[in-house]
Amino acid sequence: MSEASAKLLFRGARVIDPAGERDTPADLLVSGGRIAAIGDGAEAGDADIVECDGLVLTPGLVDLHTHLREPGREDKETIESGSRAAAAGGFTAISAMANTDPVADNAAVIREVQALAARAGLCDVFPVGAITRRLEGEDLAELGEMVEAGVRIFSDDGNCVPNARVLRYALRYATAFDDVVIAEHCEDPSLVEGGQMHEGYNSYSLGLAGRPREAEEVALARDLAIARMTGGRLHVCHVSSAGSIDLIRRAKDEGLRVSAEVTPHHLVFTDDDLVTYDTNLKVNPPLRTSDDRDALRAGLADGTIDVIATDHAPHAVEEKEAEFDRSPPGTIGLETALAAVLTHLVEPGLLPLSRAIDALSSAPARILGATDHGGPLEVGDPANLVVFDPAARWTAEAPFVSKSRNSAFLGASLTGRVVHTCFRGELVVADGKAQR
Amino acid sequence: MKRHLLSMHDLTPEDVVRVLDTAESFREVGTRVIKKVPALRGRTVVNLFYENSTRTRISFELAAKRLSADVINFTTSGSSVSKGESLKDTALTLQAMGADAVVIRHSSSGSPYQLTKWLQGSVLNAGDGTHEHPTQALLDLYTMREKLGRLEGLNVAIVGDVLHSRVARSLSFGLVKMGADVTLIGPPTLIPPDAPAWGVHVSSDIDAVLPKLDVCYMLRVQRERQRQQFFPSVREYARLFGLTRERVDALPEGCVIMHPGPMNRGVEIDSDVADLPQAVIEEQVTNGIAVRMSLLYLLLGGSGPDQLEAAGPNDEATRGADDV
Repeated sequence: MSEASAKLLFRGARVIDPAGERDTPADLLVSGGRIAAIGDGAEAGDADIVECDGLVLTPGLVDLHTHLREPGREDKETIESGSRAAAAGGFTAISAMANTDPVADNAAVIREVQALAARAGLCDVFPVGAITRRLEGEDLAELGEMVEAGVRIFSDDGNCVPNARVLRYALRYATAFDDVVIAEHCEDPSLVEGGQMHEGYNSYSLGLAGRPREAEEVALARDLAIARMTGGRLHVCHVSSAGSIDLIRRAKDEGLRVSAEVTPHHLVFTDDDLVTYDTNLKVNPPLRTSDDRDALRAGLADGTIDVIATDHAPHAVEEKEAEFDRSPPGTIGLETALAAVLTHLVEPGLLPLSRAIDALSSAPARILGATDHGGPLEVGDPANLVVFDPAARWTAEAPFVSKSRNSAFLGASLTGRVVHTCFRGELVVADGKAQR
Repeated sequence: MKRHLLSMHDLTPEDVVRVLDTAESFREVGTRVIKKVPALRGRTVVNLFYENSTRTRISFELAAKRLSADVINFTTSGSSVSKGESLKDTALTLQAMGADAVVIRHSSSGSPYQLTKWLQGSVLNAGDGTHEHPTQALLDLYTMREKLGRLEGLNVAIVGDVLHSRVARSLSFGLVKMGADVTLIGPPTLIPPDAPAWGVHVSSDIDAVLPKLDVCYMLRVQRERQRQQFFPSVREYARLFGLTRERVDALPEGCVIMHPGPMNRGVEIDSDVADLPQAVIEEQVTNGIAVRMSLLYLLLGGSGPDQLEAAGPNDEATRGADDV
C-alpha cells in the first residue's frame, strides 16, 4: 500500500479545505499519487480503504520555518530525520532555514539540500536562501542564482539584517523576481545583546538579562518603512509582541506587501513559565507576557498574522541540559504544532478549526509558492494530505521522531493527533506510525 | 522547610525566624575554644564553586566543619570542569559520591535549580549569576535583627547596582517578607523598572531617603558598568550615590551601615565611613558562619531550635571526640 501508485480511499472524513472553502464529510480517492475524486465518484473499487470516521482530513501541513541543521550539525537533525519528524506531525512541505554550516548562501548548498530532501522523499523541502553571505549582514548573497535553483524565500533568520541599507537593497533587488519573499528576524541587536529571556518582571526577578519587546518593534518598524520604500515583499518571522501586531495590522491596512508568522510556543507559553529555568522554553524571540500572547492569538484569529510556523530548532541534549545562559535558544516543534494549536486555541474556542488549518497549511503554501500543497483540494492535484483525530489525547514525550528532544511541550498533555500523512499519494505515516 | 534553599521565595516568614533563631544557638559555638559540634557527623557537604569567592566558600566550609560534616571543596580551575565537563556530569559524579548537600556558586542564574534535577541531596544556592544569594540575605537579616532588635517595620535602603545584584534581590525579597520597608536607590539604569512589583519603593535621591533610615545597605558597584554606559563616570556615581561622611551625618542615630563586601572604598562607600562603629561589615561576616551552620543543620535533617536542644551543641551524648 505504500507505493505512490496505489489507490487509497479515505472514507468518511470531515474534509476541511480552507482554500477550497470546503468543510463537509466526504470520501476522497487517491490514485497514481494524485487526487482522483472527492465526494461524488470517490468509490472504493480496487482501492485500499482508509477508514476516517471521526477524523479530519485536510491539505498536508506546510511549515515556513524549519531548521534542519544539515549540512553541518547532523547530530541534531538531518534532512531525512527532519523530514520524518515533519511527516509525523502531518507536514507535507517544509521550508529549511539557511543558517546551516556552510550557510545556504549559494546555489550549490541549495542544490545539496534539495538532493538530500529528494532522497529522503518524505515531504517536500524548500530551501531558504540567506539574504547576506555567511549571514554576516554585510554583502548580499547571490539571490538570483538561488532563485534559479528554486529558492522562493530568503532569510538570515537567527540574525536580523542589522544594516538598513543592506536590507533596502535586498528588498529592492528581490523585486526583480516573481513573488520572492524576504523573511526577516526582526530584532535590534543592540537592544538584546546578552539577553536570555523577555525583559520584564520575571527577568528582573530571575536575574536573567532581558530581551525587550521593543527590540522587535524597533526593527519591525524599520523593516516596514524599508518595505514601503522599496516595494519589496516582506515576511515577518516569529512575531512575539503585541506592539508588533499593531504595526503589522497598520502596514496591511496601508497595502504593504507584508505577511507574518507566529509559533505554537509563543501562542501557548509566557515568561511566567520560565521560573524553573527550563531551557526547553528558552527561545528566540523569547516567550513574552500573557498580554502579548493574547494579542498574538487575536492577531492570528483576525488574519493580521497569516501563518503558524514551527521554528523547529533542534539542539543536542547536552547543549540544552546546560546552564540557562549557556544553552542555545530553540525548541523542536514539527511533531507538536498541530496538537498545540488544537489544544490551546481550537478546543477553547479561540480559533475556528478551518482558520487553524488555513494558518498551518493554505496560507504558508501561498507565501511559499508551493502550489502542490495547501489546497484547494482538486481532482488531479498531487495528494498531499493529513488525517488527524481531533479528540485523541496524548502526552508529548521523548523519544521524538526528530533526532533532538528539546521540546517546549515535553511532558505536556495534548489533544489531537496525526493519524495518516499522505505525501504525493503515499502514506508516509499510517495509523500514527512511520511507514519507512 | 523545603529540602533546598534556592531563593528567598523558598522560605516562609516562620522559616526565616527558625533559621535566625537556630543561628543564634550556633553563634555561641564560634566563641568556644573548640568551635565544633557533632550535629552533622558522617554527612558530606560539597562546596561546588564555579566562580571564585574566597569569603563565601570559607564561610560555608567553616560552617560545615563546625558541624563535624565531611567537606569537599570542588573548584572549577584545574578540575574536570576546566576540561569541559558539564554541570550535569559534575552533578552526577557528586551524586555517585554520596553528597548530602551541595553548596553551589555559579555565574549562571538558575544553575542551582538545574542541579536539583540531578541530585538527591540538598542544594544550597551560594550565589547564582545575577539572580539570588539567599544565605547572604539571611546573614544580613540576622545582623539587622541582632543590632536593631526586630525586622518588621524597619526602614532599609539598598543603594547601588540593584539590577545586577543577587544580594539586593535576595535581601529585598527577605526584608519585604519580614515586614520591613525597603527603598532601592540608584541610577534608574541600575534599578529594575519593575522593582515596585517586588513590594519596594524606588528612588534616585539618596539624600531624601537617608534621614528616615534604620539600615543603609551599600552595594558594590563594578567599574565594568561604567564601560557599559549604565552611568557616565565612576566619579559622578560616587558623588550622587556614594556614602560619604556628610551623608552619614544625615542618618538618624542608631542607623546601621552594611555592605556585603568586598568594598570599593571611595566609590560606593568612603574609606573612613567603612570604619565607623555603626558600620557592621565585619560582624556580617562573623554572623555568616552561624547562619550557614543553621541552614546546613536545618536542611540536612534538623527541625529547629527544639531539636537543636536535643541533638545540637548542648547535647553531651552526641558530642564527639573532636569537641572535647
